Order: sequence, then structure tokens, then C-alpha cells
Amino acid sequence: MGQTLYDKLWESHLVHVEPDGTALLYIDRHLVHEVTSAQAYEGLTIAGRKPWRVDSVVATADHNTPTTNWNEGMAGVRDPFAKLQIETLDKNMREFGAKVYFPFLDKRQGIVHVIGPEQGATLPGMTVVCGDSHTSTHGAFGCLAHGIGTSEVEHVLATQCLVTKKMKNMRVSVEGALPAGVSAKDVVLAIIGKIGIGGGIGYAIEFAGSTIRAMSMEGRMTVCNMAIEAGARAGMVAVDDTTVDYVRGRPFAPKAPLWDSAVAYWRMLKSDPDAKFDREVTLAAAEIKPHVTWGTAPDMVVAVDDAVPDPDREKDATRREGMERALTYMGLKPRTRMTDIRLDKIFIGSCTNSRIEDLRAAAAVVKGRRIASNIRLAMVVPGSGMVKAQAEKEGLDKVFRDAGFEWREPGCSMCLGMNPDKLDAGERCASTSNRNFEGRQGVGGRTHLVSPAMAAAAAIAGHFVDIRSWR
Amino acid sequence: MDKFTVLESLVVPLDRANIDTDQIIPQKYLQSIKRTGFGDACFASWRRDPEFVLNQPRYKGARILLARKNFGIGSSREHAPWALRDYGFRAVIAPSFGEIFQNNSLKNGFLPVALTESEVDKLFYDAASFPGFKLIVDLGKQSVSTADGSKSFRFDIDPFRKHCLLNGLDEIGLTLGHADKIRAFEERRRAQYPWYY
Repeated sequence: MGQTLYDKLWESHLVHVEPDGTALLYIDRHLVHEVTSAQAYEGLTIAGRKPWRVDSVVATADHNTPTTNWNEGMAGVRDPFAKLQIETLDKNMREFGAKVYFPFLDKRQGIVHVIGPEQGATLPGMTVVCGDSHTSTHGAFGCLAHGIGTSEVEHVLATQCLVTKKMKNMRVSVEGALPAGVSAKDVVLAIIGKIGIGGGIGYAIEFAGSTIRAMSMEGRMTVCNMAIEAGARAGMVAVDDTTVDYVRGRPFAPKAPLWDSAVAYWRMLKSDPDAKFDREVTLAAAEIKPHVTWGTAPDMVVAVDDAVPDPDREKDATRREGMERALTYMGLKPRTRMTDIRLDKIFIGSCTNSRIEDLRAAAAVVKGRRIASNIRLAMVVPGSGMVKAQAEKEGLDKVFRDAGFEWREPGCSMCLGMNPDKLDAGERCASTSNRNFEGRQGVGGRTHLVSPAMAAAAAIAGHFVDIRSWR
Repeated sequence: MDKFTVLESLVVPLDRANIDTDQIIPQKYLQSIKRTGFGDACFASWRRDPEFVLNQPRYKGARILLARKNFGIGSSREHAPWALRDYGFRAVIAPSFGEIFQNNSLKNGFLPVALTESEVDKLFYDAASFPGFKLIVDLGKQSVSTADGSKSFRFDIDPFRKHCLLNGLDEIGLTLGHADKIRAFEERRRAQYPWYY
């Protein structure tokens, strides 16, 4: 019987399997950031252990770094706890080493899931882990990539392996051409809406079909990034020309004469035609509309031309209570048209949507316009210093600034509100990030997840608009 | 790691589904560089509500948490089981768990117990109906039972994880027992796919 892409990646990294199926899986790339690594390095020190292979480590500070005041250097980090975490990572990098470290203020610094691919540090066929659940992003390259906890960070540092068990296979196929105005973000929100936030638990998801094939690497990363929001630790896409073309020439990508043999191997990284999946889900691209979340979980999502759902129509009691609770938190009434929801803040950024293609899509919408008077803050946070430089080369920073947006330094920023970029209680935000959980962007903050173009249009109009009718 | 063998305790029914790790520990408490001291952070936002179940005196001292499906979804922050443990919990019973949370818990002597939705329903009814309602979680027997023995449910756990928890084993030490195999694998991989090195 044929193998799935996941089967192939799993098998090629097996070091040892116990009779109960518990396996030692070899890890090629270990991405490290400041928030989930300090305790792991401390654990190594306490036990008198050394990293197994420092060359596997690529590190950066991204989660709590500020997006302003960079001209002040480290003094620009006002929060003493954030400063301690950043300095602790600096110290650990000096002490333990890494293949490469992009510290705070470095021009190649950025969100760990943006810089890995950008630098060619994420390569097809790798196992990639990081103490961050959005590590699934790297699956876009035909990698087995998933988030781990801090104890596992320590375990991978010490042994180059993870103790794990094989997941089941799910294939989500999206077929056909996407309608104008519908992006990769809308595709993945539609998928999450369909299978639910727990639907992917226990599975590795392969995203397939002509719609995914037609996507750029940026689009595929957006889709894989949010596999975890459907409960699946890992999402992935088979390798094709788009993958190879993206990787070619990146700083850490293989060079001649290795390049050709690497590519020959990478091209085998796809599911066999007769591979069996434990679960298959299909969506038609033509039916996907721009999506907006209304609640406090990513599967609480509707099309922009729809309305906030009515809990009274939900039969399941636990679900109904969850909906009522979400509506109270979000300050929304059932049956409100999504396009009638007014916003206070706009956030364009995060490991989901902060790459150059995302910024271009948002800039195209705002060009020559001004943000609405009810918008207190609209900010663009590029995913990395390299993305920022590219955007500035194209003049996108000017487009955003002229429209009234703030143009910030790279980092995770308001996606998780660990740095000063937060929502105040009751504030409503159109956000291109990945989670709309209670308090995610600040205590009492209300998050609506959308695509970059939808967030940009909402900034101009002051409320959600259907980007398909944007002129 | 702390051992987990048998736990008998009061049960707090937290009747919500899809409790994400941002709720278990909000982001502002993630700035510590230590593994302990997160008790105050546990459900910090929800605990500001005096009616919140953890604030009710009848559940004071409970070490078992009862919740609905998809407990611990979302962020990979290991601070979630650290917060639950530091608050005083040693086990959580729910129909399903976020996988990263589940892994993180098992590495901290904190036991996620998956029962069926109908079994969890029964326990919610009992916990709400009978003040002082206690459960016994026996890892060796893989069972959750009422103190009077009138109800007993079996749960699954990987034999390897069970062994580590029962004995409080250091997983890194166990893996390093396979160091020769890891080295051999690495040499083969380096020869076959040198571009990864």
C-alpha cells in the first residue's frame, strides 16, 4: 500500500520504536525563542548536560520584543521581565551556541516562523520543532513540523530526538480556483469552521488539491500555520516547483553540487496515489467566501455576508452555552450582520499573515485612502526585518503611513499581546492573526480574525466590508 | 519529575468546553524564566469573577479538575500544566485534550485523564449534586472511581508514559540510554542527506 507524505516523513526520522509504538523521532531543525527556552537551558545546566547538536538550533527573540523604540537599543525594552527573557536568550546563545542566532535589533530578526523559511533554514523533508504551537507553518515545505512544550525543548536539545507516537492521517483537499478577494486565510478559516477546533486532534493534516497547488509558499504557510487551530499539531503540503523555487538561493539552502541531489530527493516528498488516509475532507474553492470570526475560538466563524449566529438555534447544550458566553464576551447580539460590526483597532501582522504577499494585499486596498475616524490605531507589523526592508523597497510603508497606519518593527506583537501592543478592555480589533481566544490580544480585548485585505478594508471603512465588493 | 500513583481528592467541575491554554494561564504570566510560581496565574482572568467555580468554598483544596472536551487546546505554553500544578491540581478529567498540553502535562507529573463524554456527564452531575464529592484516580489500575466504589471508569494511557509517571522517571535520561542508536542514525542521515547538516 502507498504511503502518505506524513508516513514518509515519519519513517525517515525513526531512530527507535518501542513495542507499544512509542518512538524516538530524530529532529533536524530546532527553532528557539525567548519565551519557552529559558527553563530548558536551565534544565540542561542543572543536569550537567550539553546540547546534542547545536547546528540544529536557529534562534531569535520575537514574542515580547517591542515594535517601537528600536533606536534606543535594549533601553527601548521598557518591560523589565521582557528584557530579562531577551537577555537570558542572549546569554544562552553565548553559552550553548546555535547554527545562527538573530537577536533583538538584528536586521534579519523576526517572527521565528517567518525567518526559518526566509533564511532557507527550513528545508523540505525536515522534522522541525519549536516551543510554539504555530510551528505547523513549516509544514508548507513538505516538513513534519509541530509545536512542543518546554520540557520537550530541553529533551530535543539534549538528545536530538522527541519521544512521540505516530499520528493518524487526514487529507483536506480544496479544489478549484479561488474567487477574487478570497485568500489563503479564508481557505483555512473555512476549513477550521468545517472540522472544528477539536476536529484535527490526533491527526497530521495534509492540505492538497488544485487550490493549494496554485497557492504561493506564503499562502501555503498561512494555511499550515492554522492547522493547530483545528486541533492538528502538524499541517503539511507536498513539495512541488513552487516549493523548490522558493527555497533556491536562500542563505541556508544547499548549494551546488548538493542542490541537485537535494531537489531530486525533495520531489519524492508527496503522498503516493494509492495512499490511504484515516479521514478525508473536501472543500470547493468556488464556495469559499471571505471569512470573519465572531466568537472566542477560531471555529466560531462565518462568511462576511452572513450574520452572528443565534444560540437559540443550537440544540447541543454545551455548544449553546459556549456560544452565549462568547457573545457576551464579544459584546455582540445574535443575527447582527458582520458588515455592521464597527472596529476600534486594526492589526496586520503575526506568523499567519505578515509576509510580503500579505503586506502587498493590504497595501493594494488602502492605497490612496485614509483610515476611518473611529479607528484608534491601525498598525502593520512586518514578519521580519527582511520583509520590512522589502516592503520599504516597494514603497508599501509609505502607502500605509499615508493612509494613517503605524509602520512598526518586526515581531509577534499584538497577536498575543506579550509586548506593549495590546487591546484595552472592550476594544474591538480586526486582526490578521490566528487566535481570537478571550484576552488573547489583551485583557477584555475582542478579536475578529480576517485576511490582510479584509483587515485593510475594515480600517478604511471603520467596519467590516465584503472585500469582493471593494472598489 | 514527581511520581503519580493514586490520588484521592475533591473534584472541581469547570463546566466549559474548549478551554484553551490562554485561559489556563494568560500571556502576561509567561514572562518568568522559572518553572514554578505560577499558582496565582492559574485561570487568573476567570478567577476575578467571585462566582467562578474555583472561588466557591465547597471546592477549596480540590486537586482534581473536571472539564468538557478539547481541554488545553491552543498555545504550546508548558506554563499551563505548571500553573495547574502550582495551584494545587494533580489531575484533570475531560473527554479530550489538546495534544501539546497533554504531552506537557505528562512530563510534569500532572495527569490528563480522558473519559467518554457520557462518563464525564455523570461526573459533572455528581460533583454538582453532592457536596464533598470525591474521586480516586488510580494510575496503576487506570481507573477513576467514586470514593464509595459505586462508579468506576477505566481510562487509557500509553504504557511508556504510565511507567514514567508511576516511577517519576527522567525521560531525557531514558532517551540517552539509546545514545548509540541516535548517533548511528545521525551518521547514516548525514551520509545520505548531507544538505541537512
